[in-house]
Amino acid sequence: MTVLLLADHDHHTLSEATARALTAAKQTGNDIHILVTGSGVSAIAEAAATLEGISTVLVADDPALAANLAEPLAATILSLAGQYDTIAAAATSVGKDVLPRVAARLDVMQISDVIRVITPDTFERPIYAGNAIETVKTADPVRVLTIRTSAFNPAPAGEGMAEIKTIAVPQNTWRTRFEEETVTKSDRPELASAKIVISGGRALGSADRFRDVLGPLAERLHAAIGASRAAVDAGYAPNDLQVGQTGKVVAPDLYIALGISGAIQHLAGMKDSKIIVAINKDADAPIFQVADYGLVGDLFEVVPELEKALG
Amino acid sequence: MKTILVPVKMVLDANVRPRVRADETGVDLSGMRLSINPFCEIAVEEAVRLKEAGQAEEIVVVSIGPAKAQDTLRQALAMGADRALLIETADSPEPLAIAKLLRAVVEQEKPDLVILGKQAVDDDCNQTGQMLASLLDWPQATFASAISVEGDRLRVTREVDAGLQILSVPLPAIVTTDLRLNEPRHCALPNIMKARKKPLTVSNPADYGVDTARRLTVIAVRPPATRKAGIRVSTAAELVSDLRQTGVL
Repeated sequence: MTVLLLADHDHHTLSEATARALTAAKQTGNDIHILVTGSGVSAIAEAAATLEGISTVLVADDPALAANLAEPLAATILSLAGQYDTIAAAATSVGKDVLPRVAARLDVMQISDVIRVITPDTFERPIYAGNAIETVKTADPVRVLTIRTSAFNPAPAGEGMAEIKTIAVPQNTWRTRFEEETVTKSDRPELASAKIVISGGRALGSADRFRDVLGPLAERLHAAIGASRAAVDAGYAPNDLQVGQTGKVVAPDLYIALGISGAIQHLAGMKDSKIIVAINKDADAPIFQVADYGLVGDLFEVVPELEKALG
Repeated sequence: MKTILVPVKMVLDANVRPRVRADETGVDLSGMRLSINPFCEIAVEEAVRLKEAGQAEEIVVVSIGPAKAQDTLRQALAMGADRALLIETADSPEPLAIAKLLRAVVEQEKPDLVILGKQAVDDDCNQTGQMLASLLDWPQATFASAISVEGDRLRVTREVDAGLQILSVPLPAIVTTDLRLNEPRHCALPNIMKARKKPLTVSNPADYGVDTARRLTVIAVRPPATRKAGIRVSTAAELVSDLRQTGVL
């Protein structure tokens, strides 16, 4: 059973999502090849080779792959597809964009957001914003999977014995043109892999207050910052901070929800956190139903007290 | 653009808490409020705005599902779509089958643009738009938060994990909507009345020669593990002390 795993990276570092997806991939097959795509990605390929359980690193290095556009990326994956029983990717924005394009061409029904591998053809995945868990078995000859990374621990680093091979990238006149990218820069831990996440909701009231209230606390706890949809819609935080059904799904050791009421769409993105703390002035807010520790109070008073108590 | 095609799905209303059936066969929809999938509503709104801005002549909406999905199509018509197609099915086909049916509809209607929701909030698959683009061999721009027409191309801002990415795709193309693309309008009563008179044709998958048999067998649908009730603390100091005891701080 050979598995092709798409590496997720930002051209500087291999993301932790890749190591987490690898853990799932290892449960679906015994020979894992990892595909590193992009432009100038030899350092990423070397990093991928150090992951435990990878036998081969395939490198598709071409300027057309620099922006992860679905057309050339799908064509590259499809050029290799015949050799694999399973094609998998982390359910990141790139994986979600490209894998259905691969699946449809292979006439395969993709299984999205795998949270558990029961056997190599039977999987669990959340539906209805995680309010139900579906167990599905596929009869397709090839399995195309996206992996919900918060459900799997990262695979450890190994001996780095994987063979690195360069593959030919399909050439074509790709129609999609990359124009520009706005990357949110932050020195804080990455939201998807942080041990502590502090999220803010609409109660923060403005972008300035969102930054001023959450920033110092996040700094103190070395935490990533997240946001509810309401806070992102209101412009208090950028879209890449959104935690929820359609944003990022996180499962940190500690999740602190500040002024978040707890709509089911938000809970879908954080309810697998190990410890949940909710601070909200509405004692009836649904967030308290999933919180291990609830504090009813005005977050503008509680957060400074929290910082003081932390010392 | 002449025609924009907008596929829409009827789902359990996003504000209703799903109840899993005791026999583990699925989520109980009987007697529940069913509504247009929120991402599909955003797709209809965007198409109507493009038409209102003079960028498109006609909006066709299509739904694949039970007869009751006509309600969803009527809502799209009330928002400003011109005509509707229902491909009637007993259950809800998988995204691959939906994409094959939509390919057949695209071949018939020849739209310049197909706008779809990025995911349905029932099965949360996030596949149909990408699959349709693949089957048609069209370019795609998924998770859109802004769209503008530039000649025979679309400039699309996409919400990606790292921030925002802007792409330019030539038409015809597939766009899938993210939450912040627009805020859908409320339908005024006169528009709801007018929508009743707009054309809605009903067909079935066999008319398009598409096999909708499922590829995935659903073995069980179960409720998720529940979290045990927590405790209330009254001060920040108490919270920090409790968290320190757990070892997380």
